[in-house]
Amino acid sequence: MATANIQTPDLAHDVHHDHDHEHHDNFITKYIFSTDHKMIAKQFLITGIFWALLGGILSVIFRLQLGFPDMQLEWLRPFLGKWITEQGKIDPEFYLALVTMHGTIMVFFVLTAGLSGTFSNFLIPLQIGARDMASGFMNMLSYWFFFLSSIIMLSSLFIETGPAAGGWVVYPPLSALPQAISGSQLGMTMWLVAMVFFIVSTLLGGVNYISTVINMRTQGMSFSKLPLTIWAFFLTAIIGLLSFPVLIAAALLLVFDRSFGTSFYLSEIYIGGEALPNMGGSPILYQHLFWFLGHPEVYIVLLPALGITSEIIATNSRKPIFGYRAMIGSMLGITILSFIVWAHHMFVTGMNPFLGSIFMLLTLIIAVPSAVKVFNYLTTLWKGNLVFTPAMLFSIGLVSFFISGGLTGIFLGNAAIDIQLHDTYFVVAHFHLVMGSASFFGLMAGVYHWFPKMFGRMMDAKLGYIHFWLTFVGVYMVFFPMHYIGIAGFPRRYYSFTNFDAFNSFTDLNAFVSIAAIFTLGAQFIFLFNFFYSMFKGRVAPANPWRSTTLEWTTPINPGHGNWPGAIPTVYRWPYDYSKPGAAEDFIPQHIPYSQTKESNLPHENELIKLENEGDVVIVNENKH
Amino acid sequence: MLQIVILVGLVLLVAILMAIFRISRLLNVAKGTDKEVVDKGSNSFNAILFIVFGVVTFGLFFWYSIVYYDEYTPPVASEHGVLTDGLFWTTMWVTGIVFIITHILLFWFSYKYQYKKESSALFFPHNNKLEVIWTVVPAIVLTILVFTGLKTWNDITDKAPEEAEVVEIMGYQFAWKTRYPGNDKQLGNYDFRLIDAENQFGMDLTDKASFDDFTPREIHIPKGQPVLFKIRARDVLHSVYAPHFRLKMDAVPGMQTNFWFVPTKSTAEMREETGNPEFNYEIACTEICGKGHFSMRMLVVVDEPEDYKKWLAEQESWLSKNETYLAKVPANLKEEAKKASGLNNTVEQPVSEVETTGASM
Repeated sequence: MATANIQTPDLAHDVHHDHDHEHHDNFITKYIFSTDHKMIAKQFLITGIFWALLGGILSVIFRLQLGFPDMQLEWLRPFLGKWITEQGKIDPEFYLALVTMHGTIMVFFVLTAGLSGTFSNFLIPLQIGARDMASGFMNMLSYWFFFLSSIIMLSSLFIETGPAAGGWVVYPPLSALPQAISGSQLGMTMWLVAMVFFIVSTLLGGVNYISTVINMRTQGMSFSKLPLTIWAFFLTAIIGLLSFPVLIAAALLLVFDRSFGTSFYLSEIYIGGEALPNMGGSPILYQHLFWFLGHPEVYIVLLPALGITSEIIATNSRKPIFGYRAMIGSMLGITILSFIVWAHHMFVTGMNPFLGSIFMLLTLIIAVPSAVKVFNYLTTLWKGNLVFTPAMLFSIGLVSFFISGGLTGIFLGNAAIDIQLHDTYFVVAHFHLVMGSASFFGLMAGVYHWFPKMFGRMMDAKLGYIHFWLTFVGVYMVFFPMHYIGIAGFPRRYYSFTNFDAFNSFTDLNAFVSIAAIFTLGAQFIFLFNFFYSMFKGRVAPANPWRSTTLEWTTPINPGHGNWPGAIPTVYRWPYDYSKPGAAEDFIPQHIPYSQTKESNLPHENELIKLENEGDVVIVNENKH
Repeated sequence: MLQIVILVGLVLLVAILMAIFRISRLLNVAKGTDKEVVDKGSNSFNAILFIVFGVVTFGLFFWYSIVYYDEYTPPVASEHGVLTDGLFWTTMWVTGIVFIITHILLFWFSYKYQYKKESSALFFPHNNKLEVIWTVVPAIVLTILVFTGLKTWNDITDKAPEEAEVVEIMGYQFAWKTRYPGNDKQLGNYDFRLIDAENQFGMDLTDKASFDDFTPREIHIPKGQPVLFKIRARDVLHSVYAPHFRLKMDAVPGMQTNFWFVPTKSTAEMREETGNPEFNYEIACTEICGKGHFSMRMLVVVDEPEDYKKWLAEQESWLSKNETYLAKVPANLKEEAKKASGLNNTVEQPVSEVETTGASM
């Protein structure tokens, strides 16, 4: 494809400047306090991988307890110390701490920071045609606040009283009263402090993503030509910006209740042999505040994964994404609706049942845009020419999880059915599939797809296939049986089920799930090996390994700070011109003008040729700004 | 022993995978497939695997769902539970069909439209008719599900019938306690500041409604009559969960919650139905509450109405069992307290028709 005509002399000084800048990079400014969005993305990714591994290991430890309640765990004592009881079992309070930290780590540190942090940072400037984020410095701060938050959260695992243990939702009064559970002592304080820094990081990142997408798109890159990835990151950032501050508020009030004797969430409590002075607070208030973030958080986690896979499925189906505008529309719908469904987590908390009916209605409405997305994915595959790269496999896996987990949401969104299913393993199965595994697969798909752009080398495809199939099978083996356990009524966050006749079965299925969890975690080491091995020894990547249309593939194989050595390419077309009838190749990149593809232009596109030259005038003006 | 086996297994797995990795790399270079745009062999292998995966997992899904149906569907013993179970299975049919169709399409398309060098994909960017169809159809189906659900939800959460038997359930770390209103059909006031080792409920003995309240070790309720659980918590959040009654409601410190229902099967009948002579209805906690969260068990006995009446008559009031607390009763009410609690006489107290306002704070 001809790309020569995009060079304009006006930008030469820009080029020089960037080159100059790079010259002064030393190790610290290049790898540590870097303001290059690509390096920051890699920092987020590596930190996210570390957290994912830790979160996975925590889950395997508590799965050992659930699957093999009689197992001797003395061998874990070197790692867990006094959290292994004298009988060689996991301490029941530490079990709750494990569950809590697994949830916190996976939801916030892996699937929010690791996913959105990595790919929003990496792809926004590259795909919209910008040299970097609107504020590289803020972007750097965003990572380092995340890092600080990570350090605090990680340290809380090692303190004597243990990390927070009130579930990842940390409902008061349990989380507010140090005498209620040992995790609510120093561990909870550290949890809250870490979360405050985490939210600062998210907000700094979000402001940057939004302003970059709005202000720094290259010439011709209108919103209607943005790849769906960018739409997803953009909307995710908006959701985050509007909902995370509410979590700060909730956390702050909890800090007041814990440390300064206020009664926002506390009322009429008698604990540890004494009546507390707190009166008039409401634990339900916390739940409203928490879920006002908590539910949009689900979409903060999921939307980037949906954006990434839309892009990957279109590329590897060699077909335009079906219903580009409908995809944007449904993401917009999900964004708006995500703010008004939070109380479906609270149907049986004693909230006014009338509110329950309202939230039930709103909740089931959100299933419509989700359904549209699934059908559009399927139609994109239909009559495609599917290339199964590892990224494509993970994207198809995501669609499968999104369907399986999404459908069970229709049960839980129905308040009458939720009475029985609330806080059972059915819920665990539901959100692990639709938000946990689906988003994780989006993350994996993204890593496999953009690895060549990140590190200039290819990951090994065969290892990728093995990784995918073991993980895909493994995830279903872990979470599908949980539906049955949930329908049978087993409550979540139970250390053991032997106390109840009603839950005294399924020991075999629980053991199976635990083995599957170990198996699935084991499969991730294939990925780790592939990732780090390919970073240094992988095959050198071609410029555009997946024959994709988006702008990031017009940069050099190892782009420097500033991304394009010359001028930033101008964009002329939407990002999904795959297999266009009449075209020589089965893809036409976004920066190829219609005047060069007369053989494949649609009638209205021929009209646009006239405008192409006028566009060049505008670009000059914009750069003189 | 198991650890060693796992460790050896892991090492072997790694070794095998490394060997496969090296060999496949060498093969790729030797065959030159690493230079091709699409590796034909791997591509069709992956496509076939999708079909294999689909067939095997659907097989397992149907097998387990059918063969183990009785294992994972607990019997239901309340009127509203029959309705919510009905909703559950209706939703299961609707979503189950969608689940199967979409997955068949997903795996079939993956196989059918795998990359072929000679063919090319269809340029099919949008189709408004299709979009409208699959926006409107799910919307209609969901509307139907919502409205049947709404009706059931509203009925369940509606005000309890006047004649409902009132049972108070209080959660604390880590057990449940229950209190009955006694002959006057009215629970006495409570105050959390009055709680001590004996007076676990913080019963306010200046309120005459407390005199005849009794606190049995297990919950008895009559079959076929509406029962109202008044639920509260003393320290942290708990949640009353009675799986067989399809009943769940959080216990919140500082706020009373309610759930009313009609039990339809006595414990004896349930023992017969399940074939388990040891069967008991249980209440569990489903809101994380600390170390003993998994052990908050309370028994519920569903009696035939006449047995229930007999059981009620046998119960002694809390005050009569804790005579020292008579000192807390105001002097002008002492006589009444003695009478109501049955402390020194056995004369039945006539049932007073006081309107039930429930425990106030």
